[in-house]
Amino acid sequence: MAPPRLRLTGLHSALAGPFNLSVDAGECIAVSGPSGSGKSLLLRMIADLDPNQGEVWLDEQPRCGIPAPVWRRQVLYNAAETGWWHEDVAPHFQRATLAAARALVPRLDLPPDLLDGPVLRLSTGERQRLALVRALVHDPTVLLADEPTGALDADTTALVETVLGERMATGMAIIMVSHSHEQACRLGHRQFHMRDRHLHPA
Amino acid sequence: MTPILLHPGDIAIASALILLDAALSVALQLRLHWQLGIAAARMVLQLVLIGFVLRAVFALGLPWLTLLVIVVMVAIAGREVAARPEQRLRHFGNHLVGGAAVAMATLITALLALTTAIRPHPWYDPHYAIPLAGIVLGSVLNGGSLALDSVLGGVVRERAAVEAQLALGAPFMRAMRGLIRSSVRRGLLPTINQMAAAGIITLPGIMTGQILAGMDPLEAAKYQILLMFLLSGGSGLAAVAVVYLAVWRLTDDRQRLRLDRLIAKQHGPKP
Repeated sequence: MAPPRLRLTGLHSALAGPFNLSVDAGECIAVSGPSGSGKSLLLRMIADLDPNQGEVWLDEQPRCGIPAPVWRRQVLYNAAETGWWHEDVAPHFQRATLAAARALVPRLDLPPDLLDGPVLRLSTGERQRLALVRALVHDPTVLLADEPTGALDADTTALVETVLGERMATGMAIIMVSHSHEQACRLGHRQFHMRDRHLHPA
Repeated sequence: MTPILLHPGDIAIASALILLDAALSVALQLRLHWQLGIAAARMVLQLVLIGFVLRAVFALGLPWLTLLVIVVMVAIAGREVAARPEQRLRHFGNHLVGGAAVAMATLITALLALTTAIRPHPWYDPHYAIPLAGIVLGSVLNGGSLALDSVLGGVVRERAAVEAQLALGAPFMRAMRGLIRSSVRRGLLPTINQMAAAGIITLPGIMTGQILAGMDPLEAAKYQILLMFLLSGGSGLAAVAVVYLAVWRLTDDRQRLRLDRLIAKQHGPKP
């Protein structure tokens, strides 16, 4: 049997955990639970964006031996609230990834010229999809998706799920926070419920 | 030419302008009259006090006393830099950052001036060292506090943007690049404006003072030019130091953004 893609061993902080979890290549873990229960905290701890103790293993390599920026590019956290640091959309992509972005954008029902416009003109749903594109063009090994379709209607949600499904077929693992039970059933191979900052199998 | 000496009565007449301001504040319900009055009273008290202190220090001419006066001035300026921003770094971080930056910027600028351009004998002569440190400190305080306020406020406001970059694998310093640039710029802007306006829109304070005290305008201009360079240098150094020190306090060995090290200022009745 292949070793797990991602493994959490005793991952905890003063705010949440401990978490123990194994995720296989191509597997999607769906996490649900009330607001403030610690779902985002879990994803942020895995990406090493918040202080935490315990260990995370990527393909059996311990996180502590990997520089933080390298780790975050492979175990990529896509926040529910999208962040932008340039006026225009295009500079948010590196030159090498812009071509991949242009290929991905129409698949999420986004007009291609969106990439050449300013961020201010984007709707919330467009920002959410573009942030996902920005994450996926890095080809992460694990995607930590925090409500990836929270601002989207049913049709665009289906498009996002199709793209994520394709990535899983090529080995990407996903830990997804979702408020939608249907989405958790469609995408998640296993489902967990976050309650009082602990993970329970659903 | 000897300077025209002022009498307390002359100053009392000028203080009528403050009273006028206060009356306007009451009439227009601006609620600024108390602040204005306290600030004016503080200013008078502080300046008279420093006049007496400097007179004594100059008369004694002791190096350690000169140093003590400058250290006290630096400490007060550091505290002011720390107090301005809405956001505070935990564990007296603002004071550490402000104090270190102010001390460094003032020391470098004042020492450079004392050992190269002005060169009094001895170089630590309090007649030169203390006023020079004082005027550099004023500019350093201004640049440092604006830059610190900008970087601490900015990092809270742009948290999502910074963390999005971190999550995509950017090193911390790269994720902070835009914020660092805009904060240093903010700290430098007043001095740039001051230099651009000098002589055309305003006659700078030093030059005005020296001309009023009887100095030749061209000589006064030369002094002003030297001081402008010192002030710009000082506030630039302070802005850069404050921003980099604050940014360093906001991250850790795993290049996270540690906003948990910030606390919002307690809003209380402060004059």
